Amino acid sequence: MVAVAASRQIPRKPLLVGGIVLAWLVLWLVLRDVGTLPLDASQLTPLHRWINEVNDAVGASRNTNPVFLYFFNEIRLVIDEFVTLIQALIAQPSFGRPVPVIGWLGVVAIAGFVSLVVAGWRVALLALAGFTFLGLQGLWQESMDTLSLTLAAVAIALLFGVPLGIWAGLSDRVHRVLTPVLDFMQTMPTFVYLAPLTLFFLIGPASATIATLIYAAPPAIRITAHAIRSVPRDTVEASESLGATGKQTLVKVLLPSSRKTIVLGVNQTIMAALSMVTIAALIDAPGLGKTVVKALQTLDVGTAFNAGLAIVVLAIVLDRVTTAATERRSLPRWALFGGLGVTGVAVYLSHTYLWAAEFPSDEVEVGSSIRQGATAATEWVQDSLPVITGGVKDFVTWALINPLQALLAESPWFLVALVVVALSFLVGGVRSAVVSAVCLGLLIATGLWQDAMVTLASTLVATVIVMLVGIVVGTWMGRSTRADRVIRPILDAGQVMPAFVYLVPFLALFSASRFTAIVAAVVFAAPVATKIIADGVRSVPPASVEASTALGASTWQTIVKVQLPMARGALTLAANQGLIYVLSMVVVGGLVGAGALGYDVVAGFSQGQLYGKGLAAGAAIVVLGVMLDRLTQAAARRWTNQEVR
Amino acid sequence: MARHNVLAAVLVGALALGGCGGAKVGDTSSGAAGDCGTFNIAINPWVGYEANAAVLAHVAEKELGCKVTKKELKEEVAWQGFGTGEVDAVVENWGHDDLRKKYIDDQKTAVNAGSTGVKGQIGWYVPPWLAKEHPDILDWNNLDKYADRFKTSESGDKGQLLDGDPSFVTNDEALVKNLNLNFKVVYGGSETALIQAFRQAEKDKKWVIGYFYSPQWLLNEIKLEKVKLPEYRPGCDADAEKVACDYPDYDLDKIVSKKFADANGPAYQLVKNFQWTNEDQNTVAKYIAEDKMKPEDAAKKWVEANGDKVKAWLPAQG
Repeated sequence: MVAVAASRQIPRKPLLVGGIVLAWLVLWLVLRDVGTLPLDASQLTPLHRWINEVNDAVGASRNTNPVFLYFFNEIRLVIDEFVTLIQALIAQPSFGRPVPVIGWLGVVAIAGFVSLVVAGWRVALLALAGFTFLGLQGLWQESMDTLSLTLAAVAIALLFGVPLGIWAGLSDRVHRVLTPVLDFMQTMPTFVYLAPLTLFFLIGPASATIATLIYAAPPAIRITAHAIRSVPRDTVEASESLGATGKQTLVKVLLPSSRKTIVLGVNQTIMAALSMVTIAALIDAPGLGKTVVKALQTLDVGTAFNAGLAIVVLAIVLDRVTTAATERRSLPRWALFGGLGVTGVAVYLSHTYLWAAEFPSDEVEVGSSIRQGATAATEWVQDSLPVITGGVKDFVTWALINPLQALLAESPWFLVALVVVALSFLVGGVRSAVVSAVCLGLLIATGLWQDAMVTLASTLVATVIVMLVGIVVGTWMGRSTRADRVIRPILDAGQVMPAFVYLVPFLALFSASRFTAIVAAVVFAAPVATKIIADGVRSVPPASVEASTALGASTWQTIVKVQLPMARGALTLAANQGLIYVLSMVVVGGLVGAGALGYDVVAGFSQGQLYGKGLAAGAAIVVLGVMLDRLTQAAARRWTNQEVR
Repeated sequence: MARHNVLAAVLVGALALGGCGGAKVGDTSSGAAGDCGTFNIAINPWVGYEANAAVLAHVAEKELGCKVTKKELKEEVAWQGFGTGEVDAVVENWGHDDLRKKYIDDQKTAVNAGSTGVKGQIGWYVPPWLAKEHPDILDWNNLDKYADRFKTSESGDKGQLLDGDPSFVTNDEALVKNLNLNFKVVYGGSETALIQAFRQAEKDKKWVIGYFYSPQWLLNEIKLEKVKLPEYRPGCDADAEKVACDYPDYDLDKIVSKKFADANGPAYQLVKNFQWTNEDQNTVAKYIAEDKMKPEDAAKKWVEANGDKVKAWLPAQG
């Protein structure tokens, strides 16, 4: 039905869009710098002051309020106990012993054995090597602290996330209610709720876990729902026509056929959790994040990189184990029992003997060479490249960022609002227009309209670059297993390497600027988009590709006419997630010269009187996210439906 | 046998989980008079602070026998910890009138524990090469003359004034406006961005002017020069919109939780008595930032060389 309506409008639409943009440009020339609703960095609106007051009142009532005493404290206790228990097992001296219950040898053995059982020989070797490498880096204890926190956060995230995702996959209503909540969780900058979290859950593992959880759970929920939804209708109908109950259909049909995609969600959750390690360190979360934060106070890139690399190694091992776990495998009995025996002995040794408990990092270590290497590499890059990179920055800023920003931030607010609503109507009908109008109203209410427009300009540029990278690299990976194998670790690194590690050289290359922020966002968001696209291209039925080749289509034609169109679902999901990941880097952008909303949030975290403004800026980022998300989805729906008919 | 061990580990874990009672919030603070007990010291994220904290922690551990817990926190979060009993002391505080009002005056969970003896300065700085080649740039009156040279991709047709460690209050937008300067404030957004900009400026002789402060470890490496702004007079910064004068000198002080102060234990007395100089802090900061020593080792080295100063901080006997 929608498609019919759409096809009637197609011929006129590009013309209309062009007309709107042209009118915008003309009016911009006339009305430039009128009604742009600017707000200086230190200015506040009544809303911002009101939020400050509420925040103060909550803080002041902390010790008397029953909600704190009986609700938050209980949650905190449970999570604290959970994390502390894992730490006691593998990371921290515990139970009156100078070392954890299980030492390095035991942990390495367990990691290897679990990988062997669920993921096979190859991955088991990788796990053994990876965990040993952490010790060689001289970061065993820090890594185990980070692992404990991550495992706790991921476990809790999946405990709630996967069932919620299944529910949202089955019920449209739940999906509708959940989606904005997830948008909120994923795009509301952590900096905004970090300080209040410590008020609710105190400083320590519980707050760090919850902060991680809030950010890491949405991918699991979203992708699970997406997986359930993309099971072909025919399959479900077939199952139902055979008389299966809802539960049977779920367990026997929906879950098995969406297992692979659900695991992708688990992966994303792990990656998201690990990408929070550094931020959680700001509220005293133990582990590698602290090492990074501390090293960067003195711009010690070598040390920060070493710790960042440990996070990447952890991420890759966890990712490969979960990915391989999707394929069923059976292990010969002797291997199972042999592995169990060896693991048991290793655990016993590491529990009893000091050499197996504490990693002998004085005798063998690679950490110092990594540190020196990274420092030397950074220095080389900083000394020799800025001449070229500065030019690139100036060109992109002049040709892309400045014009777009001028158009968005220097037009009167009503003009921008009118244009956005009109475009939304063309793309998604009345419904989209209403959503956009509400979002724009909320943006004005935050008092940060102009900052929001500046951020929007950078976000759009970044997202376009992310999609370009995603489509090129993702298609390549989807078509070649070898390319996939080589590129995937690099993507993992981009996703979990703490941004600050590469921001130091980036700052040298591009100075503090909006372009630096865009590059950082691309490094973080392109991997997600690329992986999703690669997954989509790979799941195009081989028969279609073969048919296309047999008909004499060139590689280019096959990609453009068959593989990409058939991976439409993945492309839209990639654009969507890419956008949201870019928005979640707005704050990091604020740390390297992007200004606008990102800086507002950062300053709000650091200065009490700017707290309200920071929160409003966080809300503005969320609103931008919701608006762009709905728009891309509406556009995607149109596009998908048209192609089908 | 192997299985027994795994089983044992699981059991131990389960026992640990079951054996823990419910702790109450706010019980974690120390402050038992006489015996030192636990001393929770916040570590704010800059090297000068770390230097203060490392020396205090070293003395508290070695001389007073305290169990020192360092908590790495941003300022706002650290102050919040006074109320929840998780933080006893913040040992280098830069002004923060907003936090003072909130936690000392309104919530009454924190009290001032006197000066650290270190003087803080905020202002506009230029790299040494620039000050040397164009000495007149150190007077704000001449800044406009050079505005063109400071142009970047971010500042458009004006000169760029690089701002923005978000932790510090800045009046720079008002200053630029009220002093009628042809500059635009660009928010670098982090200390890292500022340091990197100055380092590169000195190395490649680039034109950079930006907001910075002392004491800061970078000044040991690059002697940034401060630009003279119209002199500060008490009250000239009262109206944030109309500021047209330099930043005041800050007397960096120590803030402690009320509970900790009231208990008046040896750790509190140590914090209260603690005072040293900019040079002392710079020495320890240099050990940490440039010589890459661990804070504990840096503190040890300084304490061993300055026994008499340390002695004056110790609580009076008897």
